[in-house]
Amino acid sequence: MPVTEEFSPKIVAFCCNWCSYAGADLAGSSRLSYPAEVKIIRVPCSCRVNPMFLLRAFQKGADGVILCGCHPGDCHYSTGNYYARRRMTLLFSMLSYLGIEKERTRVEWVSAAEGARFAGVMNDFVKTVRALGPCRRLEDVRCRE
Amino acid sequence: MKIMKKDRLAAFLQAVSGEMPLFLPVEKGETTAFARYTGEETPALSSVRTGISPKDLFFPQCETLYTIKTDSPGIAIAPAARAQEDFAVFGIRGCDVHALEVLDEVFLRENTDTFYQARRQHGILLSLSCRRPDTACFCTVFGNDPAEPPGDVAVTEGENAWYWEEKTEKGRAFLKRFASFFREGDAVPCEEEKEKIRQIAARLPFGNLSLQGWGAGQTARRFEDPRWEKLAQGCLGCGTCTFVCPTCQCYDIRDYDTGRGYIHYRCWDSCMYSDFTMMSAGNNRTTQMQRYRQRFMHKLVYSVENNSGLYGCVGCGRCVTRCPSGLSIVKVLREMREEEAHV
Amino acid sequence: MQRIREILSGWLREGQADRVLGWKKGELPGMREPAFFHTEKELEELVYDRFCGPNLSKFLIAAGEKPGVTAVLVKPCDSYSLNELIRENRVRREQVRILGVPCKGNVDPRALEGKGVLAVREEEEQLMLSTLYGEEILPLSQVLLERCRVCRGKKHAVYDELLDPGQEEGPAGADRFAEVARLENMTEEERYAFWQGEFSRCIRCNACRNACPACNCRVCVFDGPAFDSSQKANAVPFEESMFHIVRAFHVAGRCTDCGECSRVCPQRIPLHLLNRKFIRDIDTLYGPYQAGEKDTGRSPLTDFTTGDCEPGAWEGA
Repeated sequence: MPVTEEFSPKIVAFCCNWCSYAGADLAGSSRLSYPAEVKIIRVPCSCRVNPMFLLRAFQKGADGVILCGCHPGDCHYSTGNYYARRRMTLLFSMLSYLGIEKERTRVEWVSAAEGARFAGVMNDFVKTVRALGPCRRLEDVRCRE
Repeated sequence: MKIMKKDRLAAFLQAVSGEMPLFLPVEKGETTAFARYTGEETPALSSVRTGISPKDLFFPQCETLYTIKTDSPGIAIAPAARAQEDFAVFGIRGCDVHALEVLDEVFLRENTDTFYQARRQHGILLSLSCRRPDTACFCTVFGNDPAEPPGDVAVTEGENAWYWEEKTEKGRAFLKRFASFFREGDAVPCEEEKEKIRQIAARLPFGNLSLQGWGAGQTARRFEDPRWEKLAQGCLGCGTCTFVCPTCQCYDIRDYDTGRGYIHYRCWDSCMYSDFTMMSAGNNRTTQMQRYRQRFMHKLVYSVENNSGLYGCVGCGRCVTRCPSGLSIVKVLREMREEEAHV
Repeated sequence: MQRIREILSGWLREGQADRVLGWKKGELPGMREPAFFHTEKELEELVYDRFCGPNLSKFLIAAGEKPGVTAVLVKPCDSYSLNELIRENRVRREQVRILGVPCKGNVDPRALEGKGVLAVREEEEQLMLSTLYGEEILPLSQVLLERCRVCRGKKHAVYDELLDPGQEEGPAGADRFAEVARLENMTEEERYAFWQGEFSRCIRCNACRNACPACNCRVCVFDGPAFDSSQKANAVPFEESMFHIVRAFHVAGRCTDCGECSRVCPQRIPLHLLNRKFIRDIDTLYGPYQAGEKDTGRSPLTDFTTGDCEPGAWEGA
């Protein structure tokens, strides 16, 4: 078999300001490693993320998109993540219905105290997406390098 | 007159598509459209009009004009290539060929649109007369004869044969290239088929529409007609009529940011859309009535003034059958008949 | 028909309505167009029959800007769209006077296309066509719109008066989720191929959006130069996918499944299958919900329970 360079997926992680972004920060200050392929976008609340954010990410070349927010019940704004949970449940189901691999999208709740969990989640997600290969079904070919 | 046996068509299409890209009406889902023929498709030659018109073979819905790359030192601009290869269009109807003549006026008369021009130069039109005109057809109103379509070669379907008439030099060369499929023959059966078509066309319910009071110089009289308001009340503001229309030629030009440069492209636009001709100062048409009026004034008045007397409608009937609200140019012509002009 | 005119004329006469929104004959046989009627004389042009496909609810948003009351004819499925608009405060209940008309299913005018139809009449579950090429008979069962073959029922969600209360309990049609289930049972690859094939026909005419009563934003997110994928461009397949996913998502929980999107699509894309997927998921995950059934309350996507399932845990039906 020819030696090929290992596929390096582009991962976009939407992290809520109050829990998950702080969790990522803790992972960093605790010197825990997670893949450099993860690009974090800080959002005020997981509920701020609308479906177009995810679709845009895929359009511009993301191979996987993960949304992280406060654990249900712990939302800084009380209920934002509950709405996000319903939206993402339905959106992911729709993407799968359209034939987009469902492993490319994920929601995880990560608190500010869960640096280790953040690193673990990201390691696992990157591994999953790497195994899937590049996302071709929702990309905009005009953006392909 | 060149004649081809009915059952030779499949072999003929195969032969042509082996030599050059061949486009013809094919089944697509529950509708029909012109598509490149590879042998896999099911030709849809019996339906008189395709769901959308074949104008996109010459004026695609989206097309790149040039690309800009900003990730190299400096910026690199690369113009898009023009069509360079001959292609054939089989089964295009007379109305749709007439529509190309309207587009020629727009794209070739003053400033030449070289993208369109290249496709027109390379396209060979094998037009098909209309064996079964439909209720919504009214090409005769605009002076067209469904039995005698313009094009490079005019094809007429008979009971047992296809009749091929060369109309241009391009058509002559094409028939010569595929000469093995044809034999010379008598024109009488073909003329009989055409006569049958004309007899049906004479019975078309929209055939008596009058263009009296429309055309060049009618702007002042038509523009302020109070009936536009009532006519437009069912309009939902979608772009269906403009996108299925064979003559609608408005387009928008945009830049798409690829992250490493831009794609400068154009895409069909619709005067029915709220952001049509949007400028920094806003939009000069703010109500759906104004947009609706614009479309029909363009077809029936402005086009005649600007395009050597050609109406911007060829009577293909697509908008009549596709409008979600059942509106169409036929309704405009009927409701605003000359003798009832209010202004 | 006569009774409909009598009722509506009465409303106009007594000042209970200032105008009537109904249908009149279009230019082609079997084509009907939405129209406003202001006088008893104008009402002579009103028609109501199996060909009255257009859902009139959406026109009431614009009609609400006119003074007074608009009387409107609604078929059972249209009444849900109207009630949903009332729930969303896009139509004010006191500005409409609703006549619920019974429905036996709409004929798809596209079934008559290409036949050279000159006249059409209905006779005992058959359409008798007189065409340029002779007479033709079509069984009605073959020419109904998809939405009518899977009719949810004949009940009106909202009305001031019913033309025929006896028909409210009329029968429903076939299972409307059968096709959704068929797609769900395919592999991802098959589903992808199916939808790419359907979306590839999309010409971005926006008819689905503009006809949809749930698509009632004053300015659509897809309109305007701020959006880099133009609302009218289909340069790459992504733009079509993006548009249809986002449009379906924006009406999720509010779509009443009136079927207008598929009826108006010039390219015959089965758009209702997107909406029905959301409806089916919502029913399964958050309990049965019919948008438009009530004119108060929250829609499933503006509501939650603390015990909702997790996005990753949901494998799809």
